[in-house]
Amino acid sequence: MLFRLEITTKESFSDPRSEGLLADARDLGLFSVTGIRVNDVYYLAGEATTGEIKKIAEELLADPITQEYFLDYPDLGGRSVEIAYLPGVSDPVAETFLEAISGLGIEGIKAVRTARRYLIHGELSDNELGWLSSRLLYNPMIEYIVLGEMTFSEPPQYHFELKTVDIFNSVGGVNGGLYSNFSHDELKAIMDYFNKLGRNPTDIELETIAQTWSEHCVHKTFKANIEFEGRTINNLLKSTIIKATAELNRPWCLSTFVDNSGVVAFDDNWAVCFKVETHNHPSAIEPYGGAATGIGGVVRDILGTGLSAKPIFNTDVFCFGSPELPYDKLPLGVLHPKRVFKGVRAGVADYGNRLGIPTASGALFFDERYITNPLVFCGTVGLIPSDMARPGKEKVGDLVVLVGGRTGRDGIGGVTFASRALDQRSVDSAQSSVQIGNPLEEKKVIDALLRARDAGLFSRITDCGGGGLSSAVGEMAAETGVRVDLEKVPLKYSGLSYTEIWISESQERMVLAVPPENFDRLARVFQEAGTEATVIGKFTGDRKLHLSYQGNVVGELEMNFLHRGRPPLNLKAKWQKVVHPEPELPQKVDLEEALMRTLGSLNVCSREWVIRQYDHEVQGTSVLKPLVGRNNDGPGDGVIIKPVQGSEKGLIISCGLDPKYGDIDPYLMTASAIDEALRQIIAVGGNLKRVALLDNFCWGEVDELSLGALVRAAQACYDMSIAYGVPFISGKDSLNNTFTLEDKTISIPYTILISAMSVMEDTTLTLSMDFKKPDSLIYIVGLTGDELGGSEYFALYGATGNKAPTIWPMRAKYNMRKISQAAAERLLLSCHDLSQGGLGVSLAEMAFSGGLGAEIDLGLVPLSEEITRDDIILFSESNSRFLVEVSPENEGRFEEIMSGSDLALIGRVKNEPFLEVYGLNGHKVISCPLIELKEAWQRTLEW
Amino acid sequence: MVVKVFVLRAPGTNCDIETAFALEKAGGEVSFVQIGELARRKRNLDDCQILVIPGGFTYGDYLGAGRILAGEIKRSLALDFEHFISRGGLILGICNGFQVLVKAGILPGNNKQSQVATITFNDSGKFECRWVYLSVNPNSNCVFTSGLEKLYLPVAHGEGKFLAGAKILGDIDTPVFYTDRAGNKVGYPWNPNGSIKNIAGICDRSGRIFGLMPHPERHIEPSQYPRWTREGDQGNAFEIFLNAVRWARAL
Repeated sequence: MLFRLEITTKESFSDPRSEGLLADARDLGLFSVTGIRVNDVYYLAGEATTGEIKKIAEELLADPITQEYFLDYPDLGGRSVEIAYLPGVSDPVAETFLEAISGLGIEGIKAVRTARRYLIHGELSDNELGWLSSRLLYNPMIEYIVLGEMTFSEPPQYHFELKTVDIFNSVGGVNGGLYSNFSHDELKAIMDYFNKLGRNPTDIELETIAQTWSEHCVHKTFKANIEFEGRTINNLLKSTIIKATAELNRPWCLSTFVDNSGVVAFDDNWAVCFKVETHNHPSAIEPYGGAATGIGGVVRDILGTGLSAKPIFNTDVFCFGSPELPYDKLPLGVLHPKRVFKGVRAGVADYGNRLGIPTASGALFFDERYITNPLVFCGTVGLIPSDMARPGKEKVGDLVVLVGGRTGRDGIGGVTFASRALDQRSVDSAQSSVQIGNPLEEKKVIDALLRARDAGLFSRITDCGGGGLSSAVGEMAAETGVRVDLEKVPLKYSGLSYTEIWISESQERMVLAVPPENFDRLARVFQEAGTEATVIGKFTGDRKLHLSYQGNVVGELEMNFLHRGRPPLNLKAKWQKVVHPEPELPQKVDLEEALMRTLGSLNVCSREWVIRQYDHEVQGTSVLKPLVGRNNDGPGDGVIIKPVQGSEKGLIISCGLDPKYGDIDPYLMTASAIDEALRQIIAVGGNLKRVALLDNFCWGEVDELSLGALVRAAQACYDMSIAYGVPFISGKDSLNNTFTLEDKTISIPYTILISAMSVMEDTTLTLSMDFKKPDSLIYIVGLTGDELGGSEYFALYGATGNKAPTIWPMRAKYNMRKISQAAAERLLLSCHDLSQGGLGVSLAEMAFSGGLGAEIDLGLVPLSEEITRDDIILFSESNSRFLVEVSPENEGRFEEIMSGSDLALIGRVKNEPFLEVYGLNGHKVISCPLIELKEAWQRTLEW
Repeated sequence: MVVKVFVLRAPGTNCDIETAFALEKAGGEVSFVQIGELARRKRNLDDCQILVIPGGFTYGDYLGAGRILAGEIKRSLALDFEHFISRGGLILGICNGFQVLVKAGILPGNNKQSQVATITFNDSGKFECRWVYLSVNPNSNCVFTSGLEKLYLPVAHGEGKFLAGAKILGDIDTPVFYTDRAGNKVGYPWNPNGSIKNIAGICDRSGRIFGLMPHPERHIEPSQYPRWTREGDQGNAFEIFLNAVRWARAL
């Protein structure tokens, strides 16, 4: 029997979800729509009495006050579109619903599916309805329009059949099929290996090699031999970023570049770890699911660090196309940037909020080259007892235990998909790569893992992410060897082949090494948390990977070949400076208007709309929140938390991202991003003593020139790391962020995200960026140059220019140290760094966030070169600069501390709510009420 | 006398640690209790004086906020709760815990354990994380807010709009209302979810069962106040937990 239940909000109650949809339809230009209602629909298969179905509706589904339910298919007016998940897509609501039905004591219902029914009112043509459906109501990657009866397909049965691949006689076939990512050299290495064994590989063996050697898992470009400017760089990562960390050799760096995240000491008992991941390709195809599983994945990196850390903080950074893009400019097969933005935001919020991890820091950046390849960076900070901070060690005889969610056909081939370029056909091949996460399952796993950890029940842990069990188990057992019985893996449904089980990327799973005597206790801990733990194999001592299915040997590979047999890539790189046209600046510029436009630009404007939809207060640890100032709406610099209850010690988190400078020089882009991340730490009262950095490279097409750019960016990481004395502890790269449109390849701009984390000894020294007191003094620290290349100001003229902000790290470091010293003596009232939009934007932000006016003189700003234009001084984006507010009674002591730094007193804070700026000729060039500036800054993303 | 506090956990609970911290700081002896342990009678409500249902997304809130946990309580623990309440125990439901108490019919508390009010989607259609001003009703019987006048607390929810029919509303004891800075009952964003009559929390007639959407456990120290870097220590909500422990101790 099939039952259908439809839940609707009673007419007398408002339905915000429906109202939001109407607004979105208007946004699409569909003014003929006069109303959209959305109802939740549940299909139940099995045996039940009408009484039982009613009980399910009343006890579990319809709210007795605001909702009503229908047992049939009610005629509710309007045109109907019903949407359901495609078969095989995970449906966490259905899973929980089915458990809850059984909790009611109703055992006859065997399966459930969820759907949504939209009722659309208004005079719509069929074409318009189709447009509305595809643009707003559903995503064909994971959903379909239900026409006719809902079906519950019986899961297919799988009958074992061992598959081998004849690699010696059909190389072309192999290379053209699933294994198309092997290079010529790699194929040769594989053939040599199996030639020695005198046999062909099985499909699971080839898949294992493909996963293990994929760009996503092994980062072969970064590890390649690269010919650059007459020398050969052997492993870019090791010769730049990791080298700097080794040279700095900080004793508080406990674990760098070896585990799922980087770990640094926090205090005598605790350590903190940090990892940032990208989830770009999945988010391009299905923004909500892609971003949600991005958060889920990076949280599991933290759970899989050392002997498992507790996730305590999330950060997210997005790069999108402009949400204002006209629909007729949108390439076919691409989701509109606004839909991507809204979907990604919702995915991060729904997943992160449910895990109870505060999402309190991040960044947004817009550029048209991200329309086809949005970037989604998700980061998590974890807290771990110091003695558990380093990776565990499995012992021969330990059990391989899979915990958390069950395995389905989700994300088969996700890793190879993620390492590839997108094109219009990605839509077809991506289907199985797209996944829907279940945050409830992940929360249960977190709870159980931390309990099991504290009871000392496992000896090693890793996450099960890209590449599935293949990567997780394969890496974990690299030094010991392992035997896995694939039929023991608990499945969501039948029909998976042994290879699918091995490479499935089903979410919310972790792999543990468990001493046999601890397994029963471990299983109980997981059961009590509402999830499960299953033995799927055993660590051996023979350094081999043995895979079996129902007693049949299906794969046997030597760990040495799997992890050391990959031939290195040999690549060539070249750096070539691109010359951009300079803008023609008018003789006379209305600076007030220019400031308003810059404040309202997408890359500068308020992010409050996004921030408020994340729970940034859960866990109760926040000391300096993302929104600060008189009305809790100013743009804070770094964010500060106190991770250990009862301790005043803090952790500052910040980031830097400046892709526009990369169009001029990736070296300066990278150096600027590092400087920006450090500035944000200094600006909130921190210092450079205990700062750890993370790098995330996102590149487009990999060719000689872009590799040259990569080399320069990596070189900047090394140089800045050494100069500022701040080590990198972890990093990740995502290459091939391209989209092929007909014959044209669109690459993203070179993008590097620098994330920083700093231990703060005393959080009572915290500074916020809002002006605090009328009549206090405004100082600028750092020199201003004619450096508007890639600036927001040049963007107003549609130009990039050629003079990106340069960097003088030794000078900058001196200035930063002085500011930290003054902050430590509590001489500063507020401090804000200068970044996109320069002095003008930072000053305006400090003023309207504090609700206090300001008066400054551009003629007093110290310059690094001669500048004769007010607009250049006001909007230059020169690095390493700060605005600082100091009370008049502290003037003497402050200037004494700052001696030798690049410092100038440029104005005062005023009680009157106006921003007044005097130009080089002594005349007032800006006189603007704060409220207008603030409105310009808030309006853009106030959705 | 030792005041024993149970902090209830169900799959998806996520404010348990900081809530326990607040109660311990207030002098309570806190233990975590799984809903399954109560249902299987491995633990008993009789062993505590204060029961707290903390914030989170129990069972993912997949079928409506707090819905499934409320159902479990109604089905398996109705008598236990009745007994606990009748012998003078205190219950505090924060955010998801408030949603659970209302949907289980424990609040507003007509002793019939059927749902007469609800908490539904915010008018804004969005999850809202923001700080709100609360004025405390001096005429309320609420044990937790006794002696307090104003509170400033963060909310973080997508479903926080309290609704009930006129007859029920006329009878409800409302200890806390959303207001603006000056204490006036005004609309969004001061009332972050569109709750009827600006109701932020309610209690039963005895004043011992209290549920609210804002999170008092997130404001028990001066450094949690969003503007401490400009205004210094402006007081916090720790008194709510002290009140509870004091009351229970006097029992």
